[in-house]
Amino acid sequence: MPGKLKAKIVAGRHLPIMDRASDLTDAFVEVKFGNTTFKTDVYPKSLNPQWNSEWFKFEVDDEDLQDEPLQITVLDHDTYSANDAIGKVYIDIDPLLCSEAATVISGWLPIYDTIHGIRGEINVLVKVDLFNDLNRFRQSSCGVKFFCTTSIPRCYRAVMVHGFVEELVVNEDPEYQWIDRIRTPRASNEARQRLIFLMSGELQRKIGLKVLEMGGNAVVGYLQCFDLEGESGLVVRAIGTACTLEKISSTLPATATHPSNSSPSKDMKEPGFGEEAPGVPLSSGPPTPLRAQTFSSFSPSKSYSRQSSSSDTELSLTPKTGMGSGGSAGKEAGPLKALLRQQTQSALEQREYPFFPLTAFPPGFLLHVGGVVSARSVKLLDRIHNPDEPETRDAWWEEIRQEIKSHAKALGCQAVVGYSESTSICEEVCILSASGTAAILSSRFMQDGPLDTEHRLSRQPLCVFSTGSERVEGDMGSSASLGFEEVVSPGCGFCHIPYDELNIPFPAQLTYCYCCRRYKVPDVLFTTIDLPTEANVTGKGCLIQARLCRTKKKAQGEGNATVISNLLPFLEYELHTQLMNKLKLRGMNALFGLRIQISIGETMLLGLASATGVYLTALPSPGGIQIAGKTPSDITYEQHISNMQKKINDTIAKNKELYEINPPEVVEEIIGSPIPEPRQRSRLFRSQSESSDEVSELDLSHGKKDAFVLEIDDTDAVEDIHALLTDFPTPAGFYSCNTEIMPGIQNWTSAIQMFTSVRVFRLNASLTSQGLNKIFSDLCENLLKSLYFKLRSMVPCCLCHLNFTVAIPEDELIQVAVTAVAMSFDKEQLLENGKQSGEKTLIKAITENDEQLQFNLELNAETPSPNPLSSPKGLSEVGSHLSARALSVDYSSFADRCSSWIEQLKLKAHTIRRGSVKTTSSMEKASPLPEGRSRSLRSNRSYSGSSVAVVKMTPLSFIPGAKIIKYLGIINMFFIRETTSLREEGGVSGFLHTFIAEVFAMVRAHVAALGGNAVVSYSMKECVFMENPNKNQAQCLINVSGDAVIFVRESELESTSVQTQSATTHTSNGAEGT
Amino acid sequence: MSVELDVFVGNTTIMDKEVYQLWLNGYTVNDAVKVRIEGGVMEECEASAEVLLSDTMDQYRTFQMCERLLHHPAKLANQLLFQIPPDRQAMLIERYYAFDDSFVREVLGKKLSKGTKKDLDDVSLKTGITLKSCRRQFDNFKRVFKVVEELKGPLVENIRQHFLLPDQLARDYAAIVFFANNRFETGKKKLLYLTFQDFAFCAGQLINNWTVGAVDNMMEDMDVDLDKEFLQDLKDLKILITDKDLLDQHKSLVCTALRGKTNVFNEMEANFKNLSRGLVNIAAKLINAKDVRDFFIDLVEKFIEPCRSDKWTSIDVNLYLTHYTNSAHILDTFKYYAVWTRTHLHAVVHLMNIRPDV
Repeated sequence: MPGKLKAKIVAGRHLPIMDRASDLTDAFVEVKFGNTTFKTDVYPKSLNPQWNSEWFKFEVDDEDLQDEPLQITVLDHDTYSANDAIGKVYIDIDPLLCSEAATVISGWLPIYDTIHGIRGEINVLVKVDLFNDLNRFRQSSCGVKFFCTTSIPRCYRAVMVHGFVEELVVNEDPEYQWIDRIRTPRASNEARQRLIFLMSGELQRKIGLKVLEMGGNAVVGYLQCFDLEGESGLVVRAIGTACTLEKISSTLPATATHPSNSSPSKDMKEPGFGEEAPGVPLSSGPPTPLRAQTFSSFSPSKSYSRQSSSSDTELSLTPKTGMGSGGSAGKEAGPLKALLRQQTQSALEQREYPFFPLTAFPPGFLLHVGGVVSARSVKLLDRIHNPDEPETRDAWWEEIRQEIKSHAKALGCQAVVGYSESTSICEEVCILSASGTAAILSSRFMQDGPLDTEHRLSRQPLCVFSTGSERVEGDMGSSASLGFEEVVSPGCGFCHIPYDELNIPFPAQLTYCYCCRRYKVPDVLFTTIDLPTEANVTGKGCLIQARLCRTKKKAQGEGNATVISNLLPFLEYELHTQLMNKLKLRGMNALFGLRIQISIGETMLLGLASATGVYLTALPSPGGIQIAGKTPSDITYEQHISNMQKKINDTIAKNKELYEINPPEVVEEIIGSPIPEPRQRSRLFRSQSESSDEVSELDLSHGKKDAFVLEIDDTDAVEDIHALLTDFPTPAGFYSCNTEIMPGIQNWTSAIQMFTSVRVFRLNASLTSQGLNKIFSDLCENLLKSLYFKLRSMVPCCLCHLNFTVAIPEDELIQVAVTAVAMSFDKEQLLENGKQSGEKTLIKAITENDEQLQFNLELNAETPSPNPLSSPKGLSEVGSHLSARALSVDYSSFADRCSSWIEQLKLKAHTIRRGSVKTTSSMEKASPLPEGRSRSLRSNRSYSGSSVAVVKMTPLSFIPGAKIIKYLGIINMFFIRETTSLREEGGVSGFLHTFIAEVFAMVRAHVAALGGNAVVSYSMKECVFMENPNKNQAQCLINVSGDAVIFVRESELESTSVQTQSATTHTSNGAEGT
Repeated sequence: MSVELDVFVGNTTIMDKEVYQLWLNGYTVNDAVKVRIEGGVMEECEASAEVLLSDTMDQYRTFQMCERLLHHPAKLANQLLFQIPPDRQAMLIERYYAFDDSFVREVLGKKLSKGTKKDLDDVSLKTGITLKSCRRQFDNFKRVFKVVEELKGPLVENIRQHFLLPDQLARDYAAIVFFANNRFETGKKKLLYLTFQDFAFCAGQLINNWTVGAVDNMMEDMDVDLDKEFLQDLKDLKILITDKDLLDQHKSLVCTALRGKTNVFNEMEANFKNLSRGLVNIAAKLINAKDVRDFFIDLVEKFIEPCRSDKWTSIDVNLYLTHYTNSAHILDTFKYYAVWTRTHLHAVVHLMNIRPDV
């Protein structure tokens, strides 16, 4: 008996009236775990019963504790007939099984009924006494921490990253069992909810076991999905990254911040050397250049491998990649590099799949990015005969993962990051998709890395990364101070191609990196990960979507599968082209967070690709878009095309202004770049000219005329293309992205608003693919427009983590669901970093002086002149720094920088002033915890009047202006709601509106019961909506997940220092020119 | 091709004050959209009519879902379905319970029954307030009435606590409840010049002085009903007009005090007996429920109108009543000081008089 579960039912409130005669309810509660059931007494005639029950104790295996939910049923006692169920509460015990998570579940939880929704609330207390089980053959994995967050959770550090874990559980879907014909919808829904609870518990336990086997203690980036395969069953599958995490002990923000601030530089170097040259007698002095060259062999690019491409050829590339690229960097670095390569590769190759569902990494972990790899396969579903043997499904995923692995190899990469898997099911056809970003990782965090490294890791707290809520990662300043001026900066390192220049697996334009000028970079980079925090970015980013709708013939079974697999490559190709064009249209050169969703219906296929476009400073400036006609004889036609061309060029220019993309153009002359001049010229030329010869020009420079030239067959198409390409601009004050953070915006305020929006569109005419495209595109655009309008009060704000999911619930219906978070930022302090790397150095110079300035100000805080500019000491300090820097950085006009510097200083001053003024106020508030708990919504009012704790929800892994001090466990909930009185509930919109609100309410209540005040990494993974208006019925299934956390709001003073540091993050190798 | 389903749910419930007001005013979605377009929100936010329609529908749905909670405002604070910041909650409640003065004037003093509710379409037609809004306001009155009716303790405080209303609004509701309970007639033509606020002031005075709660806050009974004992005692005041000596004495005392202080002294002197008789008769009759209903109309007919025809100003009336009240205290044989003091005549009638002079 390794565990004792205890539950106490305290009270109920707001219960529904169950007895019409008395307008009251005689409620009692059944508490069930496994096969044991307890009951409370009946509390007669009350809508707010006070049961105050004894402690119900369940003595159970920890295996059951992991699998089973605690099931609480509230009933109305009826003397003569059967007792009526009021509703249920399922409580996931898992968070209580981990010592570092929650210790008790206590609070008001909504009583939920699948037909009536929330019907009052119940106050419960749940505890678990866990006995240690040392049995080696145990089946439970209590204590393994799960995180939905796809990065190392804040307040933890990764001691080791073990690798990919996956598991899959199948069962029959109760909805399709014979018994379903005779039982009530309520019974059927409840059976389904319970089964899915059980299955996800089991899945989590099994994954936990795998993690323990690998020696880890946590799963990060845990992604669990359901496949409702209908007749053929129910599949629950999950992937994640096994890690060994260590809690950062101190909860004081200051202490957590400072070591991490000073250490990264060191720790990026030292352990690095240890592992790079285990046998080579190199230590601290000279290794810099060597190290730099080692890195040269890897680099990034776009890639778009398709399922159709043969994996054999790609596999054959691998050995070449392993040795290659010595040519470019050459010299004695060759063998060393090869050694490293072999080492890391072997470390990774020992793993079955070197996949990481993570999207953000500790600095120094991600060395190079190759590009997006994806694989899809179309399968015919068959009934799952034996739930205990899910081999078929396993084998399907196996295939796909193998393919992904080989694609990654073809790109010269040993790992895949930002990895995710998804399915789309229509009748008996199922598309399995997997995608990720091929990358080269530092073996520093790998389990099977050199022993020597491991030692260092275990000994040095430095080599591990704290992830406080501030995004401090990688400190360039100290790298300079250590004398490693020429080291590859993390700001561009990840862009350098990882594959061999001579054996590029796909056509790509390589140039020397625009940051360091040493290594090759591709012209465009597509990835599925978040933008690395240390990346050098010019301007701001924006959401880019490619939307596509294709009609297909109705077919059955295998025929249908064939039709779909034939269509897929075209769909993907078009999506890719659209993405590329839209990217160019915005004057950007890289995509992050790329997510391509393909959804199948009976008569159409939908494709939606979302990503965040940015301009990576390291990559070449993108060329324009060229429109070329096929029949250049007609004059009016030519005119039309040139008009079009002009429009497009204008759009590009406008976008560049909008997103503040002004890359430094003069850089290369001063540095004396090895890039052949003509290419550059032609690029510039191309984007402006419109004569006919640029077609050949293009052919020369691109080999393949896919992305940049738009060929048009007839006049009408021109308009269409323009319409398709030109999305409505975001209204003033709004930015949008589908990644965690928006480059160029740091100063978030605490105002956040998470939301879910769902739209279903009915197509009631047979349409051409083109018409469908337009409709689908408009649907998405209009949805975005509505969101902007809704959230107008938050301006200036950014919609982050915009996650679109499309589905075809039935013929002629398109469903689009969006979950995102709107975050306000402070415009006044908007730091325009990223304009020029030189400028960044200046910011750096200022930030270095920040502390002094701040100190002065704090002393002056009471005096009425808090203007930092008047502080002579601070000024002279900064000034001297400026001049020092100016000597080393001299490729852009001094005046320019000077003015920008003054601007920065002013901004800083502003920040500091705010900081110092608020110091006093923050001191008045004695304890930060209750403050953080209560004061979390937009307004600054005190919330003492409200009895309901405010719970924030966000799809991001952090909360701006706050520090996550504790992770309480994973929230993974599945709800079904059904109605037979659709009209009475306000139609489909009313029904779904209520349901989503109820789901939010239940998530919040469970988080609050765990003692938390926020959910991070929240996502709505499933929203299946079915309706039958004629029968006045509708049904909806929703699956949500996230991490319950406790956060504490940083006092204003601290937040200033965070801003300082985040500015530091973006400083870069400006001084490299010398 | 049509949008079949369109929802937006925020973790913090988003509510637009302007749309809320339109909803409260009973506008249909389409009318609300029109109003919003005219309001210029579209240009401001680069939105289209479609977006506006979608937003308005969504907001309306949210309000409908919230309405259930607004009926029991205390629930709004501890429900879990909507996460609404407290300041927003207060706004929602306050606006939901706000009412139009022109509407309340129509139903003030009427029984809050189904019958009255049926007549609301006439009220709607007359006042130009949408029927939907009329119903909401009427239901609010009725709901507050029902809850407070059974409660002990001070009326205003009860309303404030149960409906979380701001002080002024709670007082107004107290007046409405008080009028409805005592069925004071307010709709007669002669009373139309009086605004709701005039009546509300009177109600406040009556609640404070004429109810059981007025004498003893701890009393079982409530503020809603007039103190029967007091009304009984009022009958004794008749002596002021029946006893000729007393009447003359009273008159001379008042006139002495007033002489030289007002322009209408002659009229006051001439009318003294008439006015005094009017007032005391009204008071003496109040023991009958029917006469309670006619309280205001009687006051206007017997007191205000004569004063007005003599061109008294409100200052004059105030002066007159002050001395009228005070002088009674000096009367030798007048023993009913307590009751007399409690009439607070000057206050009630004083207010009655403000309007016609303005």
